[in-house]
Amino acid sequence: MLYAILCYNDEAEVAAWPKNHDDKVMADLMAVQKPMAEAGKLGPVARLLPTTAATTVRKTAGEPLVLDGPFAETKEQFLGFYVVDCENLEEVVQFVRELCAANPGSGSYEIRPVGFASFGVEKA
Amino acid sequence: MSEVDSEWMGLTLTGARPRAVAALYRYFRDIDLAEEAFQEACLRALKSWPRNGPPRDPAAWLILVGRNTGIDTLRRRARQTVLPDEDQLSDTGDAETNIAEQIDDSQYRDDILRLLFVCCHPGLPATQQIALALRIVSGLTVRQIARAFLVGEAAMEQRITRAKRRIAEAGVAFDTPDAVARAERLGAVAAMIYLVFNEGYSGAGEARDERQPLTSEAIRLARLLLGLFPAEPEIMGLLALMLLQESRAAARFDSEGSVVLLDDQDRTLWDRTKIAEGLALLDKAIRHSRPGAYQVQAAIAATHARAERPEDTDWRGIELLYRTLEQMQPSPVVTLNRAVAVSRTDGPEAGLALVDTLGAQLDSYFHFHGFRGWLLMELGRDGEARKAFDRAIALANTAAEAAHIRQHLDTIAGRTTRAS
Repeated sequence: MLYAILCYNDEAEVAAWPKNHDDKVMADLMAVQKPMAEAGKLGPVARLLPTTAATTVRKTAGEPLVLDGPFAETKEQFLGFYVVDCENLEEVVQFVRELCAANPGSGSYEIRPVGFASFGVEKA
Repeated sequence: MSEVDSEWMGLTLTGARPRAVAALYRYFRDIDLAEEAFQEACLRALKSWPRNGPPRDPAAWLILVGRNTGIDTLRRRARQTVLPDEDQLSDTGDAETNIAEQIDDSQYRDDILRLLFVCCHPGLPATQQIALALRIVSGLTVRQIARAFLVGEAAMEQRITRAKRRIAEAGVAFDTPDAVARAERLGAVAAMIYLVFNEGYSGAGEARDERQPLTSEAIRLARLLLGLFPAEPEIMGLLALMLLQESRAAARFDSEGSVVLLDDQDRTLWDRTKIAEGLALLDKAIRHSRPGAYQVQAAIAATHARAERPEDTDWRGIELLYRTLEQMQPSPVVTLNRAVAVSRTDGPEAGLALVDTLGAQLDSYFHFHGFRGWLLMELGRDGEARKAFDRAIALANTAAEAAHIRQHLDTIAGRTTRAS
């Protein structure tokens, strides 16, 4: 079984970490990941950029709405994700529009640029 | 309490400060009282949180406790002097107001904007605006601010007190601003945040370590602002601009504290995460098709950030961006920057032709003479170059700037010796 592990924390607090603290946390996390990666059990790992860099595409009856900022509704749940390698935001939005067309109805897609990424399984 | 806990407490209190002080300011309409109430709430948090566990929403907790302690203070003062003036408390509700109202984001939005806005009162000189914002919004100590500005603590204390008095006398509207007033406030606040950033960024030499927190603080404030106004392309541009400039921090000075020019910087020292965030924000901003000066400046910084080696820099693109900026914000300094790009695309002669149109306006500007001297040196006009460099040294703002120009003079002296 593949599992996705989603990380939640207070963004304002994490952003206030001094660089040496941030570096230490990242190094500690890497140490935990290493044996998992070596056992071939670790998939892609990503640290997302702050939500101020986010764009949300909300499905509507007509054309989807492109909104600045993160996904804010609480009545919907996190159901899945994609990682795409695109030239710019316009290209991602275009892809997400196609997703909306293929799966119409309610819901949103939140687009978050990735700040740090590693691909554990391949690296091991 | 373990070390991690006290560190967490510190970070949480710092993170909650702008929201909490802003809400308390709306409630008490008095900066000093709002600050005191917040301090008191923090002291209580230090006692209560380790014992009872942290609250779900620290800012809301601090606002509620701060409001109660502030009311106590007012009552105590009233007993010592006169009866409490009902007007001193805002009419947004009594002490029983539901806490839910306090954590309403739309209210926070205008509260924080107001708190930032009072710091950019046009009657205050730029340095006082910055000092006030760092003290009130960021919660830096007077000592920290004094060190950043290279003045004594007592002098800085006095400056801040005077600035506070100015804004108390001037008064600020506490009703919810309309769209026009909100846009005006946003513009003024963005300019003030960029001042804070530049105060930290332009610092060189000894004060560098003391000033460095100012750039991080400006970035934090811009993030906060963008979180509250997520669809403002100029705020995205401002944050992108600062992140892209700050990404070069580790490469900008050598071990002796001298400035390392962009071309000579070790680009592996550039902070890739900050660059990624800056580029992502600029990308978002551009989609709005509402260009502005921060976005254009961010685009210029982004062009540098995208070049892996100095020779990969798209100087033609930079020249065009400066041309756009000249139209938005005509200024001889912007034209001087465009001349730098022109000298890269069309050679030093073309650069000099443009620079020489600025002599009258920039005659007392260090960078004008420094760059002009460099162009003349490139063209082999050593005598004129030496004159320009001498003038630049006389106008240098820091020892590092003067030292940099002296290197050019040494180069000229070297080739004169070889030639003779």
